[in-house]
Amino acid sequence: MSKLDAQIPEGPLAEKWTNHKNQMKLVAPNNRPKIDVIVVGTGLAGASAAASLGEMGYNVKAFCFQDSPRRAHSIAAQGGINAAKNYQNDGDSIYRLFYDTIKGGDYRSREANVYRLAEVSGNIIDQCVAQGVPFAREYGGLLDNRSFGGTQVQRTFYAAGQTGQQLLLGAYSALSRQIGLGRVSMHSRHEMMDLVVIDGKARGIIARNLVSGEIERHSAHAVVIASGGYGNVYFLSTNAMGSNVSAGWKIHKRGAYFANPCFVQIHPTCIPVHGTNQSKLTLMSESLRNSGRIWVPSKKEDAAAIREGQLKPTQIPEEDRDYFLERRYPAFGNLVPRDVASRAAKERCDAGHGIEANDTNEGVYLDFSSEIRSKGKQAAYAKGDHHPSEETILALGKKWIEEKYGNLFAMYEKITDENPYEMPMKIYPAVHYTMGGVWVDYNLQSTIPGCFVSGEANFSDHGANRLGASALMQGLADGYFVLPYTLSNYLAEEIRTGKISTDAPEFEAAEREVKDRIQLFLSINGTRSVDSFHKKLGLIMWNKVGMGRNEAGLKAAIDEIGLLREEFYRDVRVPGEAHEYNPELDKALRVADLLELGQLMAVDALNRNESCGGHFREEYQDKEGETLRNDERFKMVAAWEYRGPDSNKSVLHEEKLDYEFIKIAARNYK
Amino acid sequence: MSIKTILNSSIVKKVWMALTGLFLCTFLVGHLAGNMQLVLKTGEEGRRAFNEYAYFMAHNPFIKVLSYVTYFSIIFHAFQGFYLTYQNKKARPQGYAYSKPAANSSLPSRYMAILGTLVLVFIVTHMANFWWKAKIKEDIPLHAYTVSIPGPMGQMQKQEFYYTHNLQLIPKNDEITVKNKTDLYMKSVNIKVAEGYVDLHTVVMDFFSPKQNEQAMFYVLLYVFSMCALAFHLWHGFASGFQSLGLNHRRYTPLIHSAGKLFAVIVPGMFALITILIYLK
Amino acid sequence: MATKFINITLKIWRQQNSQSKGSLETYTLNKVSTDSSFLEMLDQLNEQLISDQKSPVAFDHDCREGICGMCSLYINGRAHGPATGTTTCQLHMRKFKDGETIYVEPWRSKAFPIVKDLVVDRSAFDRIQQAGGFISINTSGKTMDANAIPVPKQNADKAFEAAACIGCGACVAACKNSSAMLFVGAKVSQYALLPQGKVEAQERALNMVRQMDEEGFGNCTNTGACEVECPKGISIENIARMNREFLLAASKSNK
Repeated sequence: MSKLDAQIPEGPLAEKWTNHKNQMKLVAPNNRPKIDVIVVGTGLAGASAAASLGEMGYNVKAFCFQDSPRRAHSIAAQGGINAAKNYQNDGDSIYRLFYDTIKGGDYRSREANVYRLAEVSGNIIDQCVAQGVPFAREYGGLLDNRSFGGTQVQRTFYAAGQTGQQLLLGAYSALSRQIGLGRVSMHSRHEMMDLVVIDGKARGIIARNLVSGEIERHSAHAVVIASGGYGNVYFLSTNAMGSNVSAGWKIHKRGAYFANPCFVQIHPTCIPVHGTNQSKLTLMSESLRNSGRIWVPSKKEDAAAIREGQLKPTQIPEEDRDYFLERRYPAFGNLVPRDVASRAAKERCDAGHGIEANDTNEGVYLDFSSEIRSKGKQAAYAKGDHHPSEETILALGKKWIEEKYGNLFAMYEKITDENPYEMPMKIYPAVHYTMGGVWVDYNLQSTIPGCFVSGEANFSDHGANRLGASALMQGLADGYFVLPYTLSNYLAEEIRTGKISTDAPEFEAAEREVKDRIQLFLSINGTRSVDSFHKKLGLIMWNKVGMGRNEAGLKAAIDEIGLLREEFYRDVRVPGEAHEYNPELDKALRVADLLELGQLMAVDALNRNESCGGHFREEYQDKEGETLRNDERFKMVAAWEYRGPDSNKSVLHEEKLDYEFIKIAARNYK
Repeated sequence: MSIKTILNSSIVKKVWMALTGLFLCTFLVGHLAGNMQLVLKTGEEGRRAFNEYAYFMAHNPFIKVLSYVTYFSIIFHAFQGFYLTYQNKKARPQGYAYSKPAANSSLPSRYMAILGTLVLVFIVTHMANFWWKAKIKEDIPLHAYTVSIPGPMGQMQKQEFYYTHNLQLIPKNDEITVKNKTDLYMKSVNIKVAEGYVDLHTVVMDFFSPKQNEQAMFYVLLYVFSMCALAFHLWHGFASGFQSLGLNHRRYTPLIHSAGKLFAVIVPGMFALITILIYLK
Repeated sequence: MATKFINITLKIWRQQNSQSKGSLETYTLNKVSTDSSFLEMLDQLNEQLISDQKSPVAFDHDCREGICGMCSLYINGRAHGPATGTTTCQLHMRKFKDGETIYVEPWRSKAFPIVKDLVVDRSAFDRIQQAGGFISINTSGKTMDANAIPVPKQNADKAFEAAACIGCGACVAACKNSSAMLFVGAKVSQYALLPQGKVEAQERALNMVRQMDEEGFGNCTNTGACEVECPKGISIENIARMNREFLLAASKSNK
């Protein structure tokens, strides 16, 4: 327990970060080039950290498994990035952003971290604009904002439906500048295989060159893990195919605690599963819930007829439609937070009202017809036509929709071959983001000294549910504005260390382990592909550690994953060789880690006997099916210590969450 | 970045292609204006107009400078074009087994080098046919002008005169001799008395006339074919030159594209038509 | 729409590594769902190859939602296949007919050497970016308030359109000259259109073009193929803008 000191600075909330910055140790510019830092991952958190540390003068080595740092999955974020700028003069402030984030996270995040996040949010926007990020602007030339779920102000900055792309390219440009100046050396198509710990401190990594298969040793005075989330444990998710937990899991195996693994965000508006060969789920931006109404047929027989293709949704009369979000949450309606919306959709489908003709019938409608009519009418009036015909209304309404969401509608049509202007969109929740991650203290340092974790890979800021447009904010805040200070504070002790040799026995041993592991997979020579195991794991996770969880299911999942893991090591077939470009081998190494993590998620979910945010234990709900928290017992971070592949043996450490500045309450969006 | 690197950059190479290409477009207009004299006016008047034009082109100092710029442009445009094509081929050592470029680009834009080569071959042929004769070979007659004047006996008799650029008529007789192709000298005193017009008009008319030239049919076809190549070259090249110079604007670029296509059809079309008309005459 | 299943023949470029010589290999694949994406179809092929104890086809892919720019493939003679404005990961098998033969080749360019099968090395793009594709400011976040300089909406929108480039390299693959002018033009334009980037716009154009030339890309002949095949619809007016910036810079250069 003693290890879990969050290192939260003393003092009033608003002054903690400033005071802390004033007291932290510094490294003089002339000493920085003598210090090596490794950054794993080049998404928003990694690229911003590598660029900032390079800028400061440290010797940075950055790693990514993609062919270019620009391709990290931050690029796929659509909606926007929050910042407490209050440009819209609608009452926003650092405190409001802080409060909304804590509440949105269902009171399971650390006050001090979240406040710092809100505090530096404004600087992120300043920084990005200076970097040439083309945010959306108003006609006056100033920045535009929009609003997102779970808030009552307009604080989201955006660049069409490609905000993540633009922010990542901004960070990538800063990183590229440092690479060009020789201050960062970039290792693309490299995967971190292990962390090297010497005398209790992180001293380097073992990396694999994915093109040549070469195993490389890289030493450093500190290692930053910014490798993203672990949503791919479900196989089908909105994550990229290559997204994986391995970097985080390797440090977990070397002693870093893994916190709140069961906190997973299921995003309500994704395109439903269509078939067994599907590899990926596609998100439809949360912004669509501003204009779309979510419904299912009230009558089960109508739902069945739709699934069989005998009825079209447009043939269901208004009185036979169940707008279940509006019914259950009249105050927030279709704009309730993500976890609430997702659960409600699942509840309806479980009750037999799902409309998608797939194996599980899981799908609900996101219907724009009301919006098309009302905006069409407004547009006609604005043109002076006070008795518009039906056709005029529909045409003008569709035009309005196209201007606002054209790219999303086109993407939907490309994937489903259905025209969403005519037929309501079919959507269903899908795994999107993981709030859990490696446990870090206020300085973003894990329980291994010298090993820092930032962005989605850590657990720190979003509690049990993340609000829309906050992930981008956290990634950049960590990389640009937190790590440069806290890492320097750590590195100040390292200026006398000198170059770290990669000949140390610890490097030797770690490299041997990695090579043995690779040989192991290549020699199993079983009958089934890596993907087939990954899909099976995904199904167990989705069905038993997904949106609704219960004791029996979780216990079954723990056992099933254990058996699947055994089967994997017995029967997986990894073709090819170690010393070549071998994507199947890459996948096998990643899935092996997911097979351990998945079990830990179930263990964590079983341990957390309450419902909060994205973690819904069916045993803990009120009469109306809302989450029931147990603050007495579970107002804490569950940080797990690794004790072997069987997660039943993992040891739990708890960090109590103290709410000094916020009064805890039940979340209410009704 | 050093001047050398700048000059060797792909963009500057393209700019030179654009500048020389667009300059050659203006040359085409001038050339066409002259050629129009072959068909707009007939008979002696036409001959005079064309020969006057030819004289002007050969003697005006400004035109002289322009002509050197033209020679330079042609050679530079051609060799730079070849070099760029070589570089472009080198940039893709292995091609696609299956490619459908028609889906994304116009045919002329993809065959500029081949079209340009055809045009270059044509230019060489064309210069051998006419420019060589006019400039180097000696045997082009001076523009002769035949008038009928009443003789001493009252009957009309024909007499030939040399027609000169300052509109004098010099009688064609034993006293007058021609030196340096166009200089008329009085034999007895060896003094230059006038300068005449080379009769390029006749050279041209004869060249394309089936009565005078057994190969006229072949040449007309060759010229028409070459003008087609030029047309396709210009179809892409005209607007492309503007793009290379950085002149692209959402409103004006479509206009440039239309203008380029009109230019590509009209100018080579007129050149070709003139040869056909002469042939049919 | 109702799901259908089709049978197809694939002719896929197989090449062990950058040194070896490759060739087109023929595969037949049955029961491909028309709802599958092209990459899911390749997953299915690989699944079949692995169970037949053969070596699976290597191809680049990651986000599978058309934004990371990792997927490539020259499909039936066109970059990213027959659909316009679409990356290969968002190309669906309903665009193909039952019994169709589909050619799948890697991007072909000297500057994009083949790594294996359909995977190519596009690090040339990164090096071009490193030569000048940035604004030279530090990362302190303390430069000035984001709203200190208004940017005309029209310019901001144009900059965004240029910035939408995903760096997939389809422009190079589709260009008969393997020219990278659309990629570089888009980057130069994005920054040149914003006041923050205007300061070093010309130096940037010089440096990025120099690097582009060094990488061995071909020259632009304005065929416009890049613009048509670009999955993000980036306009060649960005190339013209780069030409302008470059010429302005070249005329002022005193080195």
